[in-house]
Amino acid sequence: MYRYDEFDAAFVADRLNQFSDQVQRRLSGELTEEQFRIHRLMNGVYLQLHAYMLRIAIPYGTLSPRQLRKLAHIARRYDKGFGHFTTRQNIQFNWPALKDIPAILGELASVEMHAIQTSGNCIRNVTADHFAGAAADEIEDPRPYAEILRQWSSIHPEFTYLPRKFKLALSGSPHDRAAIQVHDIGYQLVKNDKGDTGFAVFVGGGLGRTPMVGHKIRDFLAPQDLLAYTQAIVRVYNLEGRRDNKYKARIKILVHEKGFEAMREAVEAEFAADKNELLALPQSEIDRISAYFAPPDLEERPAQSQALTARRASDPAFGAFADTNVAKHRQPGYGLLTISLKPIGGIPGDATAEQMELVAELAETFGHDEIRVSHEQNLVLPHVALDDLPAIYDALAAQGLATANAGLISDIISCPGMDYCSLATARSIPVAQRISERFADGPRAKEIGAMKIKISGCINACGHHHVGHIGILGLERKGVETYQLTLGGSADEGCKLGDITGPGFSYEDVVDAIETVVDTYVGLRTSADEDFLRAYRRVGMAPFKKALYERDSGSDI
Amino acid sequence: MSQVISANRLSDGIVVFRASGGAWVEQLRDAEILPDASAVKAAMGLVEKDVLANHVIEVAAFDVAVKGDHVEPVHLRDKIRAKGPTTHPDHGKQAAL
Repeated sequence: MYRYDEFDAAFVADRLNQFSDQVQRRLSGELTEEQFRIHRLMNGVYLQLHAYMLRIAIPYGTLSPRQLRKLAHIARRYDKGFGHFTTRQNIQFNWPALKDIPAILGELASVEMHAIQTSGNCIRNVTADHFAGAAADEIEDPRPYAEILRQWSSIHPEFTYLPRKFKLALSGSPHDRAAIQVHDIGYQLVKNDKGDTGFAVFVGGGLGRTPMVGHKIRDFLAPQDLLAYTQAIVRVYNLEGRRDNKYKARIKILVHEKGFEAMREAVEAEFAADKNELLALPQSEIDRISAYFAPPDLEERPAQSQALTARRASDPAFGAFADTNVAKHRQPGYGLLTISLKPIGGIPGDATAEQMELVAELAETFGHDEIRVSHEQNLVLPHVALDDLPAIYDALAAQGLATANAGLISDIISCPGMDYCSLATARSIPVAQRISERFADGPRAKEIGAMKIKISGCINACGHHHVGHIGILGLERKGVETYQLTLGGSADEGCKLGDITGPGFSYEDVVDAIETVVDTYVGLRTSADEDFLRAYRRVGMAPFKKALYERDSGSDI
Repeated sequence: MSQVISANRLSDGIVVFRASGGAWVEQLRDAEILPDASAVKAAMGLVEKDVLANHVIEVAAFDVAVKGDHVEPVHLRDKIRAKGPTTHPDHGKQAAL
C-alpha cells in the first residue's frame, strides 16, 4: 500500500501543528465557536447529539494492520472501546473530547492517517472498490489513480471552498461495487477498441434530498488526462455552482439546471483550454504510485481447497460462511473474505477495539497485511488462501465476527440516525437491528437471497436509501418517527433510484412492512434465481403496493 | 410548556443542562425547570456569559413534561440527548442512572 514520503509526512505534521494550535486557542477562548467551526470541520471534528465526533479518512478503504491496531488503541484510550465504519470508507469515533483531539491526530499521523477533508465544502475522502487489486473481474487496480487524486485534491488551493462538498469514487471492474454513479464524479476503468485502459467518467450523481444518477460525460479518458479532466469538471462547478442555497449547491443541481449537454460542453471547453503539460500525468508517475499497490506474492495453490472441502462437509455453519462471505479472487485457491460488521441484532459498521485487533492479526497471519473497509460498512481481507479459511473462521467466530450474511438481507447499510446524529429526523440503527433479528442469517435469509436494505435517518441519505433494493427513510411527522419505503434501487452498474411505495410506516410497523415486501417478492419470483431486484423490475410496484396498503389482500400491517 | 436549557460543554462536547443558580450539570434530573417563556428568556440572558467565557456551546431550550419529581423531554431527539443512544444502554448518561 501507499507509504508517505517526506512531503506527505511534513504536510500532515504541519496540519497537525496548525490544528492543535487552533484547538488550544479555542479552549483558551482566543477563538470563538464561529471562528473555530470551519477549522474543526476541515479536520473532521463535528459536534453531534452527545459529544464531538471525529471522522477519520481511510483513503480508498485500504488499511494496514498497523493502522487498524492504532484505530483500536484510539477507540480504547480516547473513546468507549469501539469505532463506527461509515458508507464513505471513513471511521468515526463518537465520544472524543475536543481537548484530546490533537493527541488523537498525533497518534494517527504516526501511522500515516489523518482526518483532513473528511468534512467541509472540499473534495472529500476518495473512495474505491473494496475488492480492488484482487477481484476476478477487475480490469486494473483503481487505487493508484485514487491515490493520485487524493494527493492532487489535498488542500488544493483552488478547490478548498467549493459551493458544497465533493465526492470522488473509482471502480476498476465492470461490476461497480463502489457506487460510482451516485458520486459527484465517478470513474470506471474500461478498455477501448484499441485495448487501451482508461476511464469512463460519470458526473453529477448524488443522493441526499435531491437524488440523481450520474451522467456519463466521457466514454473514454486517457489515464494521463485524469487530473486535467477532473480539474475541468471541478472548475466549472466551482465557478458556476450555486452558493445562494446550500440545498441546491451540489454539482448534481448544476448539471440538472444547466443541462447535461451544456455541462459537457463547458467541461470539454475548459479541458481543452487548460490542457497543459503541468497536469498531464507522466507514465513514470503512474508507475511509481502503482508500485505501492503491487499485488502480494501469492504462492500457487490448487483451485479446490481440500481443507475447505473437509471442513464444509463436517460443519454446515462454516459452509454457509464460505458460501456467503467469500468472493472470487483472481488467483485460483484464494478468496476475498468479507468480515461482516452486521452481527444479527448488532449495530451496522461498529467494531470493538478487540475486534479490530483480531482483524489486524488475521491480516498479518493470513492476509498479506491488507485490510479493506467497504462502503457497505464491512471489513475485507482481500487475499486469503482458501486453505486458511477454517482457521480464520474459528478466530472470527470467537470474537463474534463470523456472521454469514454478506450480501444477504441482514447485511444492512445504516446511517447512525438519531441515536448519534444531530441532523437525523428518526432512528435508523434500531430499525436495522430489528430487521436483522427478524430475518437473521439462517435458511430464511438464504432463501430470500441477494438483498440490499439501506436505511437513512433523514433526507441527507448517508445510509444510501435511494439505491437500496429496499430503501428506508426515517422522517418525523408531527413529532413521531415515520419510515418511507422505496423499492428497486441499485447502486451498481445498473444504477437506479428506488420508487416510493406510498405513505410511511410507524417505527413499530416498519419491520412488518419490510416482511410484507419480502414475502410478496418470494411469492411472485419465477425461481430462486430471480433476485429481488430483477423480480421488482419485472413486475413493478403494483403487487408490493397492494400487499402493503390493502389490508384485505393479506397484509398484516 | 416547561423548558430546560441545555448545551454542550466546550472541552469534551458532553451534553449539559442548566441548574438553578447557573451551574451546568450532566443529568436532566438536576436541571432547573423553567415554567414559561419569560423564565426561559430570563435564564437565556444569564447563560450568555457562559458562552462568552467559552464554557459551553450550542445553547438551546427544549420542551419537557413534568410529572411530580419526574422530568421527561417531550421530543425523541431530546430524550436521546438526555439519556444516550438507545442502541447502547451502557453509553451516555443512562449508564449512570
